[in-house]
Amino acid sequence: MASSPEPDPHPNPPDSPAPDWSAIEADPDFRALLKAKLRFIIPATIIFVVYYFALPILVGWFPEMMSKPILGAANGAYLFALSQFFMAWILAFIYVAAAAGWDKRAAAVLKKFRF
Amino acid sequence: MPPTTPPPAGQSPAALAMFLAFVAATLVITWYSARKSSGAGAYFAAGRRITGWQNGLAVAGDYMSAASFLGIAGMIALNGYDGFMYSVGFLVAYLTVLFIVAEPLRNAGKYTMADVLAYRLKPRPVRALASLSTLTVSLFYMIAQMVGAGTLVRQLLPGVPYQIAVIGVGILMVVYVVFGGMLATTWVQIIKAILLMTGSIFLSVLVMQKFNFSFSEFFQALTAISSTLPDGTTVTRNFLTPGLIFKNPWDQISLGMALVFGTAGLPHILIRFYTVPDAKTARASVVWAMVIIGLFYIMTTFFGFGAAALLGPDYIGQHGGTNMAAPELARVLGGEIFFAFISAVAFATILAVVAGLTISASTSFAHDFFTNVIHHGKPHRPGEEVTVARITAFVVGAISIVIAIILGPEVNVAFLVGLAFAVAASANLPVIIFSIFWKRFTTRGAIAGLSVGLVSSILLIAVSPDFMGPDAWFKLKNPALVSIPLGFLAAWLASLTSREPSAEAMFHEFQVRSVTGLGSEKASPH
Repeated sequence: MASSPEPDPHPNPPDSPAPDWSAIEADPDFRALLKAKLRFIIPATIIFVVYYFALPILVGWFPEMMSKPILGAANGAYLFALSQFFMAWILAFIYVAAAAGWDKRAAAVLKKFRF
Repeated sequence: MPPTTPPPAGQSPAALAMFLAFVAATLVITWYSARKSSGAGAYFAAGRRITGWQNGLAVAGDYMSAASFLGIAGMIALNGYDGFMYSVGFLVAYLTVLFIVAEPLRNAGKYTMADVLAYRLKPRPVRALASLSTLTVSLFYMIAQMVGAGTLVRQLLPGVPYQIAVIGVGILMVVYVVFGGMLATTWVQIIKAILLMTGSIFLSVLVMQKFNFSFSEFFQALTAISSTLPDGTTVTRNFLTPGLIFKNPWDQISLGMALVFGTAGLPHILIRFYTVPDAKTARASVVWAMVIIGLFYIMTTFFGFGAAALLGPDYIGQHGGTNMAAPELARVLGGEIFFAFISAVAFATILAVVAGLTISASTSFAHDFFTNVIHHGKPHRPGEEVTVARITAFVVGAISIVIAIILGPEVNVAFLVGLAFAVAASANLPVIIFSIFWKRFTTRGAIAGLSVGLVSSILLIAVSPDFMGPDAWFKLKNPALVSIPLGFLAAWLASLTSREPSAEAMFHEFQVRSVTGLGSEKASPH
């Protein structure tokens, strides 16, 4: 690379060898962490995709039902669209909370391998 | 209740003064960044020292284009609820970014999206195609913004011709990127995001003041909006009713797919995650961006529907049309000074987005194509990569100025933005997802996914109603419904027909690195 190597503010011990990636990958704690992440990400992705596409589907094929006023003049179509924003925010905050736990577990795995 | 005496159109010295103030401020930032920037890490990734909230604002500033500010406001103002559907998709898209892309990208990559794809695969063909896809997305998106900028400036400052406006915007974005690099681009985007949020909040408060801050009064007013049809008859419609303009639900689904899966493949958004110190900060910045972007798109309720209720579609049609709904609303509610402010905000919005697009295109060309494809990723003269990026920014700027001027102000550019999202969703996202999650993914799979996604979305757009009119061969306005599955299918099938033991062997390393951040690029010291 043209760029000079950027100085590392958190250097490993200078004598540390290149990481043994396969050993870390095979570590049971790392495997468990991978599984935990997927156990969150896959269902959460399915939930938001289903919830999101329910909007164009309901609005597109059931416009009369979605046009019924619910809160004052605000109808189902608008309120369901508005709820999507809160759905996104809530899922994002749940993700951040879960990810804080994954950070700790990742740090513990790295510590085990002296990084 | 449209006002009876519309103020004289244009001739706004206040608007000109605010334009110039914004330009001056951004040039000072560029000058300051140019003095601080040295080295590739500084130029391409702002030294990776942007904080979470700063990057969140910058992502929001990079993302909320004039199309969303002026375009969505106008669509809601003229046709009600259907326009609001865009607002929803633009935010929900960030869940894909947050859950799937942002952290692995930050941990495994260096400057571009292609870094992640090339990690395990043969770098030259993969980077060449990824760079082509990046340049395609950036250029289409940029031309749309430039044409928008030209028409907008012409309406806001009637003395300025279209060509001059396009050249001016083009020169400014090149100056930011060539001299200030990622640091200047970031701060232009942060300032723009703050200005846009301030303007939107003021505008929303002024709208709600007209309804005594009562939501029930506001929504009640939306149930009976009168407008004149082209044949001269007057209709009164409930603007909260879906389907007033979008008649085919499949169009909405296809568009939704382009937005929700395309955002996570937009190169100018992805490279923002290299500007932060680590994956945790990248995650925090997505959440900051989601808060800002979400609040903004919820506010399109107030200034979009507000313009419909307070000005009426007919008034907007007579005063600049769709794109001028928000500025005209500002003029009627807040006078000339507020009109000038909102106009300057719209201008800032365009500049921040085109700067982000320019730097993503030039980074990809310099890092992916020049360094890694032509020079095989081997060391060459120091600083050369940055020099190539600067030249590319200049060339990209010149090309988009020329194309925007050739197309002219009257061309409908909405399809270009849809195309950019569709290419990002169909070419980039499938290969990013397979790179991150699928051990058996191969170089052949990446090449097939990128090319099929890119070509199918462009071809389907070329035979769509936007291009061919009502007799189009392909009936959907956005190709995503077909082209995204094609991109995934091509990448999957081509991977199955090939074996790449080296790529499979590297998967362990990739997984450890993308999950733990071990070995990831560090921030430069102060």
